[in-house]
Amino acid sequence: MRPVVIPVFMVLVGLLLWSPDASAFCGFYVGKADTQLFNKASEVVIARAANKTVITMANDFQGDVKEFAMVVPVPTVLEKDQIHIGEATALKHLADYSAPRLVEYFDENPCRLALPESRAMDLMSKLAEAPARLERQRSLGVTVEAQYTVGEYDILILSAKESHGLETWLSENGYKIPSGAAQVLRSYIKQNMKFFVAKVNLTEQSNLGFTHLRPLQIAFESPKFMLPIRLGTVNADGPQELFIYTLTKQGRVETTNYRTIRLPDAQEIPLYVKDAFGNFYKDMFSRQVKRENERGVFLEYAWDMNWCDPCAANPLSADELRSLGVFWQEHARRTGKGVMPQAQNVFLTRLHVRYDAAHFPEDLMFQETSDRSNFQARYILRHPWMGTDDCPAATAYRQQLRERYERQAQTLANLTGWNIGEIRKQMKIASLPAAEGKKWYQRLWED
Amino acid sequence: METDKKNDVRTSTIRRDPRLYQIASLSTLLLYGLLVLRFEISIRQIIVTLTAAQLTQYAATRLCKLPAFDPKSALISSLSLCLLLRTDSLAVATLAAVITIGSKFVIRWKGKHVFNPTGLALVIVIASQLGWISPGQWGQVAWFGFLIVCLGSLVVTRAARADMTLAFLCFYIGLLFVRALWLGDPLTIPLHQIESGALLIFAFFMISDPKTTPDSSTGRLIHALLMSLAALYMQFGLFMPNGLLWGLITCAPLVPIFDRVFPGVRYDWSRPTAGQKSIPTPLSIPLQLQRRFS
Repeated sequence: MRPVVIPVFMVLVGLLLWSPDASAFCGFYVGKADTQLFNKASEVVIARAANKTVITMANDFQGDVKEFAMVVPVPTVLEKDQIHIGEATALKHLADYSAPRLVEYFDENPCRLALPESRAMDLMSKLAEAPARLERQRSLGVTVEAQYTVGEYDILILSAKESHGLETWLSENGYKIPSGAAQVLRSYIKQNMKFFVAKVNLTEQSNLGFTHLRPLQIAFESPKFMLPIRLGTVNADGPQELFIYTLTKQGRVETTNYRTIRLPDAQEIPLYVKDAFGNFYKDMFSRQVKRENERGVFLEYAWDMNWCDPCAANPLSADELRSLGVFWQEHARRTGKGVMPQAQNVFLTRLHVRYDAAHFPEDLMFQETSDRSNFQARYILRHPWMGTDDCPAATAYRQQLRERYERQAQTLANLTGWNIGEIRKQMKIASLPAAEGKKWYQRLWED
Repeated sequence: METDKKNDVRTSTIRRDPRLYQIASLSTLLLYGLLVLRFEISIRQIIVTLTAAQLTQYAATRLCKLPAFDPKSALISSLSLCLLLRTDSLAVATLAAVITIGSKFVIRWKGKHVFNPTGLALVIVIASQLGWISPGQWGQVAWFGFLIVCLGSLVVTRAARADMTLAFLCFYIGLLFVRALWLGDPLTIPLHQIESGALLIFAFFMISDPKTTPDSSTGRLIHALLMSLAALYMQFGLFMPNGLLWGLITCAPLVPIFDRVFPGVRYDWSRPTAGQKSIPTPLSIPLQLQRRFS
């Protein structure tokens, strides 16, 4: 056995030692795609370690704040100090930090550079009541477990025995509940979920002087690592956009009941996209959603919070992370005196999902994996060298430019579904000095 | 195996050994996963896993002085590992393969291994947070395709433990539907829940492993029910993402008890039998087919 086993073990050891090329990012960060690009977008930050969870909820509610109300199924009855008002600025910073980004490279003079131009390319591998009302409540089977005013919000924690009772109670108390919600409510009631109900307290809001709605935060302990989306799909006109940022200790987070797919990354796209990056990202995302038959959850960013490369925004400070629910970082915060406080042991995963009832029948269930490899949706612009030097390398360089533009055009068309003819026109490929029209065989037999 | 009939037996073994069909379907699924679904596994990890499994099998064959080196079971176990286990480290992939194959030889009770080899390795790796399973990695197309292949395997190979697979699927899927009806959920929810390639791998390739299932059909039926209940409890009671896997592993130590209470005929890969029927059950239909076959 020995003569066979030893060589095979050597092969195995060789395989173990064979590691991919160390890849480093280069290029300059030039732009990012904002979450504001999408209509009806909600943003949720989930900070979780062990069973302790802090959820920050923000939505882009536009309209009269009197109309605003939200009903969120929660696993436990929440005490007043488990509810908090978050900071929109920290959430905005988190969104900017993790946004899909555009980077650019500049080709160097090929005459001075003996190395093949493809060298520059690197790929990276890898988010209290009147008695009559009380009576009515009881007859509907609805119990107000708790009632608080936190910041500009009036909050109720409800538990219910029966969904129609809850539905009636909510409508009688001025919450607009879409028809058909009873079925979903019933399912949550049977799963022993409570309901977190928030409305804007107009007096408090004017006292506080805020014009926008600040994110709401809740903290609880539960083994359930999930996000209830079913109520949101009941009466939604069209699919909804949701950005989920998870802050965890161990590694990347993914959905366990839907496919989590990485967005295409590190693709070289035409230079003119620089001014239309928002549109590019929107169309590319829509196309990816269609490719996955509208059932995918997309990974846009997975990174250790200590750094970024290139940075779409600076990493969040320990204080900002704390305001977003990272509760396991107290020591790091105190030691970070003098220098910029470093966020340690926080892994960010950014997931983007477009959902509706037909394609997302179930709530989103998550798991934290031990994967700490980095991933970012990054797109590359490569500026050609426009010098006038003449040398064989420069000639070869100019000849391949047109092919490169064509490749970029096809990549763009493939990613976004844009018309290839229109792309070529925008890139002015036809007017390029051209590949001199030389075919491969002409080049083979030229002197 | 008698020496005079050796050649005959060898040709018929190839035809009747269901493992060849299993290897073909698992390999196809892995290729589809790599090329179309972009499974997060590298070619290197696949090579390392398959190699380590075969080496362990070979070493154990020599150490235990088994009559012949049989790569087929080890290949099935390691292909299942490639389909399910995700890790950033090749060392973890190797460790998982070694545990998978090693456990068959080390953790034994009365001549049978106790735990499903792949299941045990997966549970150890996940519990130690060295790797993970992506239960959501399967697309609808892959799932339907694989379902057909799996059902086909029952017909083509007349798999010896088809009763175990079918009983488990009936209990598990049935209970998911009962839960949905009780909650008043639309039936799209249980349909979505069963749309997992992992469920099919568990049901058709792991649970049905004749070496880790009770010998008698009554034993298997009860075992299938207990396993479904355990899996559902882990999933919906304890909110664990890989309820199926945990259900499989926690119920494994019950097999020797079932074998004691309901004795049956021990399985041999070269002679697929379904074990002795203790009590006739509706699930014995596929068993009749197998009788004819052997």
